[in-house]
Amino acid sequence: MSFDAEMEEIHKIFFEESHEGLDAMESGLLNLDASADRETINTIFRAAHSIKGGAATFGFVEIAHFTHDVETLLDEMRNGVRAMSSQAQQLLLQSVDCIREMIKAAQAGGAVDVQRVAILNESIKDLLASGDVPLTPAPALPVTEVDTVPPAVETAAMPLMNVEGTAASSPVPGWIIRFTPHEDILRTNNEPTRMFAELAKLGPVIADADISAVPALEDLVPESLYFRWTLKLNAVVDQRRVQDVFDWVDASSKLEYEEVSARPAASTGGVGTAAASPAPAPATAPTAAPKAAPAAKAAGDTSSIRVSIDKVDSLINLVGELVITQSMLSQFGERFDPGQLERLREGLSHLSRNTRDLQESVMQIRMLPIGFAFNRFPRLVHDLSRKLGKQVELRLSGEGTELDKTVLEKISDPLVHLVRNALDHGLETPAVRSAAGKDPTGTIELNAYHEGGSIIVEVKDDGAGLNKARILNRARERGLVPADAELTDDQIHNLIFQPGFSTAETISDVSGRGVGMDVVRRNINDLGGHVQITSNEGRGSTIKIRLPLTLAILDGQLVRVGAETYVISLLAIVETIQVKADQVNRLPGGVELFRLRSEYLPIIDLGQQFGIGRDPSTSCDGLLVVVESDGRRFGLMVDDLLAQQQVVIKSLESSYRQVRGLAGATILGDGRVALILDVPGLVQTFEQRALQAEAASAAA
Amino acid sequence: MEATSTPRAKAKRAGSEEPTAGVEQYLTFQLAGEEYGVDILRVQEIKGWEKATRIPHSPHYVLGVINLRGAVVPIIELRRRFALESVDFGPTTVVIVVKVASDRGERTVGMVVDAVCEVYNVPVSDVKPPPEVGGGIDTDFVRGLATMDEKMLILLDIDKLIVDTIFDGAAVAA
Repeated sequence: MSFDAEMEEIHKIFFEESHEGLDAMESGLLNLDASADRETINTIFRAAHSIKGGAATFGFVEIAHFTHDVETLLDEMRNGVRAMSSQAQQLLLQSVDCIREMIKAAQAGGAVDVQRVAILNESIKDLLASGDVPLTPAPALPVTEVDTVPPAVETAAMPLMNVEGTAASSPVPGWIIRFTPHEDILRTNNEPTRMFAELAKLGPVIADADISAVPALEDLVPESLYFRWTLKLNAVVDQRRVQDVFDWVDASSKLEYEEVSARPAASTGGVGTAAASPAPAPATAPTAAPKAAPAAKAAGDTSSIRVSIDKVDSLINLVGELVITQSMLSQFGERFDPGQLERLREGLSHLSRNTRDLQESVMQIRMLPIGFAFNRFPRLVHDLSRKLGKQVELRLSGEGTELDKTVLEKISDPLVHLVRNALDHGLETPAVRSAAGKDPTGTIELNAYHEGGSIIVEVKDDGAGLNKARILNRARERGLVPADAELTDDQIHNLIFQPGFSTAETISDVSGRGVGMDVVRRNINDLGGHVQITSNEGRGSTIKIRLPLTLAILDGQLVRVGAETYVISLLAIVETIQVKADQVNRLPGGVELFRLRSEYLPIIDLGQQFGIGRDPSTSCDGLLVVVESDGRRFGLMVDDLLAQQQVVIKSLESSYRQVRGLAGATILGDGRVALILDVPGLVQTFEQRALQAEAASAAA
Repeated sequence: MEATSTPRAKAKRAGSEEPTAGVEQYLTFQLAGEEYGVDILRVQEIKGWEKATRIPHSPHYVLGVINLRGAVVPIIELRRRFALESVDFGPTTVVIVVKVASDRGERTVGMVVDAVCEVYNVPVSDVKPPPEVGGGIDTDFVRGLATMDEKMLILLDIDKLIVDTIFDGAAVAA
């Protein structure tokens, strides 16, 4: 039971490391373009090698097999026997994807696209065979020791024989493996019983141990292994699969494989128990049916974070300080003398500082560099530019900028969308660029940095920019804009965020369906951020995404509405003003407008929205909190402004259910629960109500 | 009735005893003169009434949310839920905090009741199905009826009650 749990834990680590390894391979492969430096190939090779090793150890046979050929190919390149071709590079990139799929499948317990794996495997094999270099399987094993039988010899010499349908001839078809481990094998963390258990998964195993080499007790070194085994595997399997079991045995151990076939010709001498010994096989796996591989179990979707040790250390330091402060304060509890008031105050201020630091550090743990989201782009741009026949240089900067893990996960997809758009719509083909006097190679820049309390992510291209005339025409065709309306550049640019808006003449499978930008904007708004676009025709566009640092804590403004307290995110607030009655106008249908300088703001009365009984007379001299949502401004009518403070966001949805206009709840200093307003949601409900009211008044 | 036969009468009030097989423990509470029972394994704690933060756009029987040691917990008033006459909260008014299983995992909810009564061991065989009365929707939440000390206990299906009451957002409008 606990072994299974442990195994699962180890598997999880393997998966995590494999994904990292694959990322390393991918970025290495992409870098091969520029400068095929030996170290890069070595890095790729090492990553492939550890994935193969890990997969074989944990019983993911398919992954190990597949990766093995990839590794062979890489090894040839590493040794300089094969040059890196773009065909090979493409193939290797595909293999990386394939291995990733396989690992994901192993992780989730899903199925692998067997056909795809087989096809890729075939192409790799073709490539391997096409070279003028001889096949060198199993490059992982340094074949140095004299007494080692290089596995390669047998692979070449012995084609696999089909022994299906054997009659009752005496020898059971299968393999005899003579395994003479080196004395020190246990010190290299190899455990023969595990290998035997692994072997037992291929079929019934009969193991005979030769213990003749065991010395007398006084000479016995407990860490050494004195046994020799003769293993009989009663199953017809590929020799490679048998060899894979012993993949991790180092070269100083002796391994001999002999195939036992039902055909008399193949069953050479030595069949049966060669080194028969009266002793029972103590440590070997019984021939009983192998346990179900724990690998098949889904690893569960508990996501984990890798935290740098620095962050953990700083947390420990802070907790240490907190403990000191606590013990200092607890002394006052025992015997308090008014003269110590000053010291008590000091202690309390320590405590509040400690708490604040601790809070900050804990939040830091959730922070990950945005590089995690950027990493996928070199590959994406590489593939896409090839497909579109464009030359692109991708520049990344500010990869170290940290943001909350949740934000990071949710920002990835919108970013992919924006980069694809930039590539497909923004950048021109080399011919067009040359004609326009630009460098035929276009540039896409991804940039991240901090600004105030938020993170800015920019996607910038030096392509054609937005075609204002075309956008405007399309918007007029679709009736989004009245024919005679004069729009500013900004307003025109913002039209591309309208649902279903696309100016692309042809719909490609890359983009152009017009479902993109509005989704991008919605996703970003859901995160509490917003998107801005600036564009210069002929010179390119920049899309600027502003995001909150974290979703768990919010800088809030507490407001009072009737007797209730609500929290509004400071990021949404533009300003707050006292309202005088003569500045409020009423539209037919009941919507109130407030004239703020040259602008008319619709007033959302929170008391009315939330059904809070409020004295109507205060509406004339209440406070108006001006908020911005989707680039438009609204006034929220409240009774009073209270404190500004950081609040920890608690999900209302997970404890109760989602409520329109509320983003969550928080617990105030006095222990009461206060609700956090969701400004975009509030605006939506307000507009729906206004529409309904209009419809109702029109019907009446 | 059978329920008053000797062996069971001995076991009925044994709150501290281990329940034996075929016996379920219920915490009972008072609501408008009737005694209701909830599976005791669902009860997390019983606490005094404190004012909740009202949630806009919620059904009238959802009084709001409270802070339960850092967790935000919704509170429902069971009298209003069962369309019983609402009364002012008195000194015996308590909140029974229960954990229920919903599709989206375990939820914690507080229920305001008039007073808590007892813990009974109720043999499963003694639980009678509620009588079929056409149209009475609220009997959906009744798991069964049992008789203890000559009193009728209404045993609630708390999962169904809570999940239908507050988590099924669309079904209940304000």
